[in-house]
Amino acid sequence: MSRHTLSVLVENKPGVLARVAALFSRRGFNIDSLAVGPTEHEDISRMTIVVNVEELPLEQVTKQLNKLVNVLKIVELDPAQSVQRELTLIKVRADADNRSSVLELVNLFRARCVDVASDAVTIEVTGTPDKLEAFIKVLEPFGIKELVQSGMVAIGRGARSITDRSLRALDRTA
Amino acid sequence: MTEQMTGAQALVRALEHVGVDTVFGIPGGAILPAYDPLYDSTKVRHVLVRHEQGAGHAAQGYAQATGKVGVCMATSGPGATNLVTPIADAYMDSVPLVAITGQVPSGAIGTDAFQEADISGITMPITKHNFLITDAADIPRTIVEAFHIASTGRPGPVLVDISKDALQATTTFQWPVVMQLPGYRPVTRPHSKQIREAAKLIAEAKRPVLYVGGGVHKAGASPELLEFAELTGIPVITTLMARGTFPDSHSQHLGMPGMHGSVAAVGALQKSDLIIGLGVRFDDRVTGELSSFAPYAKVVHADIDPAEISKNRHADVPIVGDCKEVIAELIAAVRSDGRKGDYAEWWAQLNAYRETYPLGYDQFEDGSLAPQYVMERLSAIVGPDAIYTAGVGQHQMWAAQFIGYEKPGTFINSGGAGTMGFAVPAAMGAKMGRPDATVWAVDGDGCFQMTNQELATCVIEGVPIKIAIINNGNLGMVRQWQTLFYNERYSNTDLQTVRRIPDFVKLAEAYGCVGLRCERPEDVDAAIEKAMEINDVPVVIDFVVHQDAMVWPMVAAGTSNDDIKFARDMAPVWDSED
Repeated sequence: MSRHTLSVLVENKPGVLARVAALFSRRGFNIDSLAVGPTEHEDISRMTIVVNVEELPLEQVTKQLNKLVNVLKIVELDPAQSVQRELTLIKVRADADNRSSVLELVNLFRARCVDVASDAVTIEVTGTPDKLEAFIKVLEPFGIKELVQSGMVAIGRGARSITDRSLRALDRTA
Repeated sequence: MTEQMTGAQALVRALEHVGVDTVFGIPGGAILPAYDPLYDSTKVRHVLVRHEQGAGHAAQGYAQATGKVGVCMATSGPGATNLVTPIADAYMDSVPLVAITGQVPSGAIGTDAFQEADISGITMPITKHNFLITDAADIPRTIVEAFHIASTGRPGPVLVDISKDALQATTTFQWPVVMQLPGYRPVTRPHSKQIREAAKLIAEAKRPVLYVGGGVHKAGASPELLEFAELTGIPVITTLMARGTFPDSHSQHLGMPGMHGSVAAVGALQKSDLIIGLGVRFDDRVTGELSSFAPYAKVVHADIDPAEISKNRHADVPIVGDCKEVIAELIAAVRSDGRKGDYAEWWAQLNAYRETYPLGYDQFEDGSLAPQYVMERLSAIVGPDAIYTAGVGQHQMWAAQFIGYEKPGTFINSGGAGTMGFAVPAAMGAKMGRPDATVWAVDGDGCFQMTNQELATCVIEGVPIKIAIINNGNLGMVRQWQTLFYNERYSNTDLQTVRRIPDFVKLAEAYGCVGLRCERPEDVDAAIEKAMEINDVPVVIDFVVHQDAMVWPMVAAGTSNDDIKFARDMAPVWDSED
């Protein structure tokens, strides 16, 4: 098994997320991470889907995804050729005695403290899954009270855009 | 053209414009606004069925008999959910179908309103695409898109769910409309490099076989297939969905592959060094145990759906395209390659299989009727110009094996989904699409009891189909598995229809059909001939057959094709030199 990052451009229409998510479950695939949001074009949404599968099933699920009428384009992003980020918010136990130790780690990981209470701080951190995992590990001894993580978003390096051609397809039908 | 009208009128107008002449359905609360303008339409004939499942299967039969899109209509909630089975069936067998359902008013969606069901959510995994319309202005364009999606690329079912308020609202009807489907671009034109690659493998193969599926018929590629087969001399096998796509009587035809395929067809796949799969999906009922399927074969796989290629069996040469174009280009490529394969040894081997292990069956010594004999006589008397439909089970397999099909689209059945009860409504739809054709439904006594209410529709609408019930008093195929794999413990398969509960002759008469009964081999011809003479009302023949007849050959589920049995505990000897 290996991790694959798929960028899926879809029409911004109701029910598209359900179609994509249902397709994964129907064909027996688990989604590790999923993020959906708008793009530079109001008619197009972009999903970043991380799946843990072998090469052949990945080809099959990509082909099945391509058959969804609302799916415009699918690109697999190579981790080496793309920027991949997740965002995590972590509420950690921290009182006057150890708050400075926590803040030191926040600085080391280039995270940010976004809320402070007398016995806890809330930290915002972005990065690759590896970095976030490492950060969470060093915070664990202090006591993690609550944690929430976004799906991964990713974009290819360099000047090329994967949305260009899909935009032209949209223009043709408009 | 611009005109003010209601959403419902726009719906009917759009259906007329896309060429719909027949709609099968049942009205109800949410779809009621659509039935009002439908009442006035002179172009669209609405056929009032007795159950929505019948509407769906009738639309499938109509679609498969005509090549056009079949249309069914139902109301919200239970009306729509009763369409789920035919929609799933059409999805599995790639039948172009548009299902139009009423939905509760948009303001009530999500409130668990009376007769509300999330039918677009329910049918998401069993439709090619579906739509929920809540704005009357979207109706004409969506109908055009639905018919386009259903009928192009790999055909399939499309559901259009329309809220009641959208049907009632006033809108501006504009025609023509521009489709907005930027993500839908089926590939029909094969890649020339792949075609050349395939031609090269064909020239070099010693034991090639053409594995022909439903996609060839759907592409209308029977003439190309015949030309290609005769040009190359390669043996042909036709799947359950492709019976008739290549003439059964042709010397190069080896029969049907799969669980109940002929020994020659199954053997050809297992021994081949090159499978040329055309419009097929390497279904488990064809491959048997996948790991031991066709172990020596390279695979050329052509299909219009890229997702089918290398899904189950790796394709050495994948070809995405419409089979008509693919085969035409293969013909050109084989001609320009110029080499002709020498398959003499291969044919000697296959002919030996054919001669040693022909399809056969046992007559019963007590003089009772063998179901296979009924099929043989039907085939001989009715002939290859008729359309045959079948339900699912033993009778379906016998109809596939013992009726001779010479023309494409003459055998309509539920292949992928295996939906019992398919035959009667499908025959009704086929007959309405092709009123000139004789249409026979071959049905089982179990299947017939699921959907026979459509005989009322047939009588009232003047649709004189003919039904051959192969009545063995049991859920025969399940019973066969109990015989073979469950120590003859016949749990819940005895329908007791041999006790005449119900009496199918009386039931037929109650509907206003002609009912006949036949229990002895010597009466079969007379019964079929009599049915052929009656053309004003449907005819039902209750063929009471022996309950112990079994379908052979058989590859037991999950086992290797190599372990095919041509009769109980009788395995073929593959290599005579062994």
